[in-house]
Amino acid sequence: MAVSVDEAVSTGPARDRTPPVRRRSGRGRSVLEVALLTVLAVVMLFPVLWMIETSIKENRDVYAVPAEFIGFTVTMEHFKDVFVGPDGGRSALSVAFLNSVLVAGASTVLATLLGVPAAWAYSRFAVKAKKDQLFFILSTRFMPPVVVVIPIFLMYRQVGLIDSKLGLILIYAAYNLPFTIWMMKGFVDEVPAEYEDAAMLDGYTRLQAFRRYTLPLLVPGIAATAVFALIFSWNEFVFAIFLTSSDSVRTAPPAIAGLIGGTTTDWGLVAAASVVFALPVLVFAYLVRKHLIAGVTLGAVRR
Amino acid sequence: MAGIEVTALHKRYPDGTVAVEQVDLSIGHGELFVMLGPSGCGKTTTLRAIAGLERQTTGDIRIGDTLVNDLPPAERDIAMVFQFYALYPHLKTRDNLAFPLRAEGLPKSEVLKRVDEAARLMRLGPLMDRRPRQLSGGEQQRVALARALVRRPRAFLMDEPLTNLDAELRADMRTEIKHLQGELGATMVYVTHDQVEAMSLGHRIAILNKGRVEQIGTPLEVYDRPASLFCAAFIGSPPMNLIEVEVADGALRAQGGLALTPPPGLSRDCHLVAGVRPEALEVTAPGAERSVPARVVSAEWLGDEIIYVVDHGGQHDVRVRMPPTVRFAADAQVGLRHTGGTPVVYDVSTEELVA
Repeated sequence: MAVSVDEAVSTGPARDRTPPVRRRSGRGRSVLEVALLTVLAVVMLFPVLWMIETSIKENRDVYAVPAEFIGFTVTMEHFKDVFVGPDGGRSALSVAFLNSVLVAGASTVLATLLGVPAAWAYSRFAVKAKKDQLFFILSTRFMPPVVVVIPIFLMYRQVGLIDSKLGLILIYAAYNLPFTIWMMKGFVDEVPAEYEDAAMLDGYTRLQAFRRYTLPLLVPGIAATAVFALIFSWNEFVFAIFLTSSDSVRTAPPAIAGLIGGTTTDWGLVAAASVVFALPVLVFAYLVRKHLIAGVTLGAVRR
Repeated sequence: MAGIEVTALHKRYPDGTVAVEQVDLSIGHGELFVMLGPSGCGKTTTLRAIAGLERQTTGDIRIGDTLVNDLPPAERDIAMVFQFYALYPHLKTRDNLAFPLRAEGLPKSEVLKRVDEAARLMRLGPLMDRRPRQLSGGEQQRVALARALVRRPRAFLMDEPLTNLDAELRADMRTEIKHLQGELGATMVYVTHDQVEAMSLGHRIAILNKGRVEQIGTPLEVYDRPASLFCAAFIGSPPMNLIEVEVADGALRAQGGLALTPPPGLSRDCHLVAGVRPEALEVTAPGAERSVPARVVSAEWLGDEIIYVVDHGGQHDVRVRMPPTVRFAADAQVGLRHTGGTPVVYDVSTEELVA
């Protein structure tokens, strides 16, 4: 007890005395660091800033030459236009946003529901030609989506999935599944199989053991994987523009792209729609950032 | 408690690897039976097959009088202790212990009683409200043992339970396990690759190699008469000297002149190897009675003994265990003398004990 009191007393002044020596060099470096990072951030974030500015400018300010960075009239008209149609009802863009939420959410859930058990099976069981199977699964992601979009278009026309939300959900789930399996397999490998063995000896079946012991330990991994899948589905453009045509089915990316062209382009509306489109993913990624980092650095540390 | 019978066990994985070629074991009621072997010898697979965590390709497993081939692990009434403890990370010690009992659906009072009993037996009192993360390796393993105990299973299976502990703790836990097993009269199957553990714990030891049983015997039998060249080279530290010999003039004669007493009933025409423990040889002053001339290649000073590596003109140098008082420098000319009784003799072509 006495020792810890002594320590508590002595560390206080020591903390004030010694660090300044170190801090001086540290401060010089950090000023430079902050300056560099600020410049970098401004350069990187300028398009985003410009998008946000444009979304709250009136149309004549958008086209002003020289461009106005400050001192323009702020308006929320464009954001209103994103959600409310010219006839006062729901706008086509707002329908597209709802479609995006539905398609991205459902395809992520589907990919996770299929991918997590598959990853568990590949991690736990001796499967014939396991490596070849896993390689095959990964190989479906080797080519860019645009390569297969025409065959898929033809197949979808045959089975009647063209221009349907179900069609998009299925193709996104299929596209996310390899990624989900590979990433989740890494997480399952990290959970010792002995938990399940012990639970099975304690009276549970294999599936119960998985559900009660392994699954709870996998939650951070599932969150990270699902976020990646969600971001992919949310941002996906190529399949969406080829496989859907009607406003009631279209997701946000092709709908926003559809605003450009024609006789005039309402840049304020494009910018406002883009802000609305970017926000959910940004907020969501911010909320689960710890899990995202866990996913990115997976396997970097060997035990 | 019950005995365990393993008959003609064979395990082949879907990818074609054979983990267990053929294993037959008859483990008695209340016996501490050790399976010893290098990694990949099939000992853990055999244990997991007994537990029901792996399904054998062919062969039968009986626990007591029950044929358990098709029973899931939960219905075999056995407990297992794992190398990595496998304590549920989100449960406190108390709940980890109670867990298997609650899974069985025992009444609350009975659960409490059994948990207290196991906690007392393993001296877990101050650890009961901690989670595994807050326990040291040794403490975790004691909790894992206690969790196996509360079930009062028909048999205990131990999969290298001490491998992850440091040397001192390992020795303590060894004593504890042996004591516990004796007190409970429990049937225990213990898998290890550590021969010291096997020798000090086991009532009987099975030595496995490449999915087959090489020898089953008491620690002394296994040490004194290894059944095969593999066992001879595996048991003992340093292991047995294997010296190529020929039968001539009523003795086993090695290159370099060393002569050993032949066991009775040797056939003349086979190619033989004599197994001589390092303590059955002696380094003497050069020219001592019954010694052959030799040279010290190196000496390991271990404090309580010295291991001399000696070149006696044979095909391989031999190792000799000497008390620390007998000192020779490296490269010294010495004598080498056989002081033990009749050596064990192996046939090189079959690698098995002939006499």
